[in-house]
Amino acid sequence: MKFKFTFWKLVFAIIMVLGGYATILRFVKGIGAVSNLSDQYPWGIWVGFDVLCGVMLAAGGFTLTAAVHIFNIKRLHPIVRPTVLTAFLGYMLVSVALLIDLGRPYRIWHPLIMRNPHSVMFEVAYCVMLYTTVLSLEFSPVVLERFKLEKPLKFIKAALIPLVILGVILSTLHQSSLGTVYLIMPTKLHPFWYSPLLPVFFFISAIAVGLAMTIFESSISSKVFGRQLELPILKELGRVLIVVLAVYGILRFEDLFHRGMLKATLVPKYEMYLFWLEMALALIAPLILLAFKKVRTTAGGLYLSAVLVVLGFITNRLNVSITGMEGTAGGHYVPKWTEYAITAAIVAAGFALFGLAVKYLPIFTDEHEHEATPAKANAVAASAAMSHAGD
Amino acid sequence: MSKALLYDATLCVGCKQCEAGCAQQNGLPYDDKVAAELVQSDHKFTVVLNKNEKYMRKMCMHCEDPACASVCPVGALRKTSAGPVIYEEDRCMGCRYCMVACPFGVPKYEWSKVLPKVQKCVMCPDRLAAGQQTACAESCPTGATKFGEREELIKEAQDRLRANPGNYVPHVFGVEEVGGTSVLLLSGMAFEEFGFNPKDMPKDPLPLYTYRVLSRIPDFVPLGGMVLGGIWWITHRREDVAEAEANEHKGGAK
Repeated sequence: MKFKFTFWKLVFAIIMVLGGYATILRFVKGIGAVSNLSDQYPWGIWVGFDVLCGVMLAAGGFTLTAAVHIFNIKRLHPIVRPTVLTAFLGYMLVSVALLIDLGRPYRIWHPLIMRNPHSVMFEVAYCVMLYTTVLSLEFSPVVLERFKLEKPLKFIKAALIPLVILGVILSTLHQSSLGTVYLIMPTKLHPFWYSPLLPVFFFISAIAVGLAMTIFESSISSKVFGRQLELPILKELGRVLIVVLAVYGILRFEDLFHRGMLKATLVPKYEMYLFWLEMALALIAPLILLAFKKVRTTAGGLYLSAVLVVLGFITNRLNVSITGMEGTAGGHYVPKWTEYAITAAIVAAGFALFGLAVKYLPIFTDEHEHEATPAKANAVAASAAMSHAGD
Repeated sequence: MSKALLYDATLCVGCKQCEAGCAQQNGLPYDDKVAAELVQSDHKFTVVLNKNEKYMRKMCMHCEDPACASVCPVGALRKTSAGPVIYEEDRCMGCRYCMVACPFGVPKYEWSKVLPKVQKCVMCPDRLAAGQQTACAESCPTGATKFGEREELIKEAQDRLRANPGNYVPHVFGVEEVGGTSVLLLSGMAFEEFGFNPKDMPKDPLPLYTYRVLSRIPDFVPLGGMVLGGIWWITHRREDVAEAEANEHKGGAK
């Protein structure tokens, strides 16, 4: 096998080397030494990005499986596999991030036997654990097909609907619960973000990001793996995305209005700028863009809108977890290079694992299509992946 | 019946004997350098602040319904019936949710260690079990920090307010804040000066805020399952019917 060195592989190698070095430092010297976390800022980007955004970005899994298997929208079927793969990898990487962030990672199993059902974190831990299991089962047909294990394959397929339902319930619970985590801080979190509706906001935005990530990932895949773009599918996702964003926007501003915060969003202040950055990226720009037929019916337009939505809600999660806490904590939190390095390595690992999975597993082959021309479809995906696998 | 502390800032002379007593009790180093530190940390569980000869002591408030204990996924922090909020180090996995959740910013982390634990005042549970008062109350030469039963200390604090209204801000901090605390504060200077905000503090215990949502989960799971199952049944049934009706045209998923 010939190994070609490309620009993206070089970037990937650099990120992994830096991330690996930072990870070693973290375990040798401890969190305090390698991060700017402190008593003022006990949670930084490892929680705010790796965990909060990681879980949110993996929301396509439950959104798509629900649409296809529960709501029976068969047109979306071809993109279920890559989306479930993204979700599965996402949750695996969130678990890795947790191992980095926990002060005593070897005790990560403690919630299994030391239970505090009053803790949101406990509930999130269980949901994430169970949902990762569900995702691995939802994804398992891909692996079983690859190795032609017919018996377990039959078994999984028979159990698919209950699995999907369980997955949707678990996702609804923990996606919203990541918002509930902050409900206990009415005196600490800035009122732009603290709201009794936080769990609802987290849940709705997870659906929006799930849709946007699916558009994003399909667009990238079509470029990288030379795969035909499913434009009609993406257009459909784009239409749903408009509705979800609109619902979120209306609720969000209605909530600000009821809490008497609307005026404060117009007073120039540190929090105000980041609030409007979030609003511009997550709601205003995508909604305006998607209002144009030219945008919502073309691959490029949908891709751009999806990227904006993803960036916007990443800003939202960081605002909740960091910006919103700065007022009461005092000062500002700026991550150390090691924090960025580890986070970047985790993201890069996600891209690489996705590439590898596409290369070795029947991800982009629909079931019947797969049976007809498995060799050909695999070969196309594989040869394309070969030159970009490190991306 | 639970134990509590009453700190009366008007009796405090800022001698920091409580800090020293606390450090000794918890096996922590205490010298001039530590004495000069003005924030609670992993090696300093209580701090006496000084603003123009007006003092205020900061320590764990030992809430009646503590946010830290409520959020801890593994139950490492726990409110005991005796009064203290204690910490079982062996359970803690280091998620630091307690630090983020505490309305007083009390739990501190051992950031300099490779395997850190949370550190905070635990109200000398061993001394309490032996029938003794806390180390800080014992070290206090003026009686500014007083140990006793919570109910009695609340009465005493209110009596002091009535007897000398001119000396005090007319408020006993900790009777109602976040559902009540086992450390009660009296002050001659606005509490806000020392970072306490009685006006912004909800009267409800903070764990209620999350419990109101969490308690719905047991209902949500079967309900969600039923609704989703129902939608699945309807959407697929509709398809079956359409298939049966127009036998020719459907090439379906088979």
